[in-house]
Amino acid sequence: MLYRESGQYKTSYIADQAIFPIREDRIGMGLIGLAAVCIPFFASDFFLNAIMTPFLILALAAIGLNILTGYAGQLSLGTGAFMGVGAYSCYKLTSIFPDVNIIVLVLASGLFSAAIGVVFGLPSLRIKGLYLAVTTLAAQFFLEWCFIRIPWLYNYNSSGAIEVPERRGFGDVILTGPSASAMTQYFVVLGIVVAITLAVKNIVRGRIGRQWMMIRDMDIAAELMGVRPLTAKLSAFAVSSYLCGVAGAMFIFFYLGAAEPSAFSITLSFQVLFMVILGGLGSLVGSFFGAAFIWGLPIVLRAGLPALGIGIAAETVFHIATMIVGALIIFFLIVEPHGLARLWSLGKEKLRVWPFPYG
Amino acid sequence: MDLLYSVFIDPFVQMAEMPDFLLQVLWEGFVAGVLYALIALGFVLIYKASGVFNFAQGIMVVFAGLTLVGLHEKGVPAYLALVLTIGVMGLLALAVERFVMRPLVNQPDIILLMSTIGLTYFLVGFGEFVFGGEPKQMITQELGLPTGSSAFEIGDGGLLILQHIDIAAAVIALIMVGVLAVFFNKTRIGRALRAVADDHQAALSVGISLNQIWAIVWFAAGIVALTTGIMWGARSDVSFALEIIAFKALPVLILGGFTSIPGAIVGGLIIGVGEKLGEIYWGPLVGGGIESWLAYMIALIFLLFRPQGLFGERIIERV
Repeated sequence: MLYRESGQYKTSYIADQAIFPIREDRIGMGLIGLAAVCIPFFASDFFLNAIMTPFLILALAAIGLNILTGYAGQLSLGTGAFMGVGAYSCYKLTSIFPDVNIIVLVLASGLFSAAIGVVFGLPSLRIKGLYLAVTTLAAQFFLEWCFIRIPWLYNYNSSGAIEVPERRGFGDVILTGPSASAMTQYFVVLGIVVAITLAVKNIVRGRIGRQWMMIRDMDIAAELMGVRPLTAKLSAFAVSSYLCGVAGAMFIFFYLGAAEPSAFSITLSFQVLFMVILGGLGSLVGSFFGAAFIWGLPIVLRAGLPALGIGIAAETVFHIATMIVGALIIFFLIVEPHGLARLWSLGKEKLRVWPFPYG
Repeated sequence: MDLLYSVFIDPFVQMAEMPDFLLQVLWEGFVAGVLYALIALGFVLIYKASGVFNFAQGIMVVFAGLTLVGLHEKGVPAYLALVLTIGVMGLLALAVERFVMRPLVNQPDIILLMSTIGLTYFLVGFGEFVFGGEPKQMITQELGLPTGSSAFEIGDGGLLILQHIDIAAAVIALIMVGVLAVFFNKTRIGRALRAVADDHQAALSVGISLNQIWAIVWFAAGIVALTTGIMWGARSDVSFALEIIAFKALPVLILGGFTSIPGAIVGGLIIGVGEKLGEIYWGPLVGGGIESWLAYMIALIFLLFRPQGLFGERIIERV
């Protein structure tokens, strides 16, 4: 009734191959886009700063990992470190080129993490599956060590942490630093995330993306059919690390404001991996769902638990929240191993025949 | 030239100059390696029987240690606390089998891996909720473990100091491995375990209960975790920081192969000794602290030449 593609005839290939071929999808996306633009005018700074901005940034990181794990089938536990590479190279770039627009630098810093990602992706040509996952841990621990032990990376300051300088752009708008407004940062992040997501959507449904999926489904067969594993796997590592790097740079510059090396520890890698798995492997919309779930759940629990039981210590709430997150992850894996994206598509199937049970 | 000298020659000169120090380093590495091997053993047990890469092994070590110490703090005698902790690990095994493994049977590897990470979060939250987050002292003496140390003289005036607890750890680890080897090879349940490891369906069809076997391996892994917890706890503290050592066991695993018990032990020793040697003799060149990733690099380089690990089963791929 509300959502059906029947009767929507395409008269050109361009219309047929559009990202959203169905009119209702386009309307839905338009509404979501409108909501995303309107939110800052109604929401509090806390909501923008602590929930929406990090959610978008982590969704981008999740898309990055999803390219590698969901599309190309290479399990990686080094996401946190690749985000760190982006953050640190962006920090170095801002101190070397103080006058360049920060957005350009954020986008450029992804290139460094892409290069490092390719280097650590080289073993994937010989090593597969869980063995590869463990070798990506080498990247995680080695890069973390570099962030601590190479003082050049944090400009030799005594604290060992990187602090985001104030940068202006687009005339005289403060984009980063402590005095930047939550709304500006939200819009910058929103713009970058939307642009990159659209680009990625086009990559994964194009030639390169199909190669990745062939490699994922069966690498030997893909090789026999003319896909070069070298280019396919390494391009997956490069694109994935680029996204993670940009996400990491934004994480510091538009969300945290300052960071120590521990911000990019293995915990972050796991968090992003959870977003990918719970959201749905090989699904871009799933990455957003996963990010919203994993980032939002602890916040909701921490806000919601004291409302239920009166007078529990803040620490206890935190512990119980950790427990519940763990249990819910297991629960979700049991009821829907294909992730929230699968629930989403099931919902669409139901909506198609609504109000009839089947059609 | 200087660089080449300091990388390839100088460390060996240092080793030759102070053989007692070298021996001390080797011994430290050996003990660390034994303990890595113990954790890796916990991984291997579960991986062999169910194909699950159990990320929660590290937190199980912490959890077992905390339960033991926590019970003792409540006034339970040490040995009774030990027995009770074994009971708790048994309950944990049953719960994991019932609520995590059974519903997830036949899922892809990555889903099972994630479920054990979920289990890790749960146990971290649960452990902190019950026992609090502060580090605790392991009840080494109450359990009758030796605490002293003895020094041996080597060559002209060199000293080698052996902590008794380290010797005990090595001995207990060896006994543990021996018991497990006998258990796997000589008993009825052990044969069933190996059958399940070989082929789930074939094992089911000859009447082996998968659920029962899984509960048993998780219990065995729990006991290995308890042993590891006691030993690591005696060397430092029992705290959630110990969870990190689980990550140390991963390079051991890929070095030895996921499915091989001897592999876990040999891999553990290689990583333990290699890590200590690297840290002491080559670490200062790059500013120290390389212990955190050296093991991974060793394993990574190794894997490039032998993708299935030292003792792993040959990887055969068919299209």
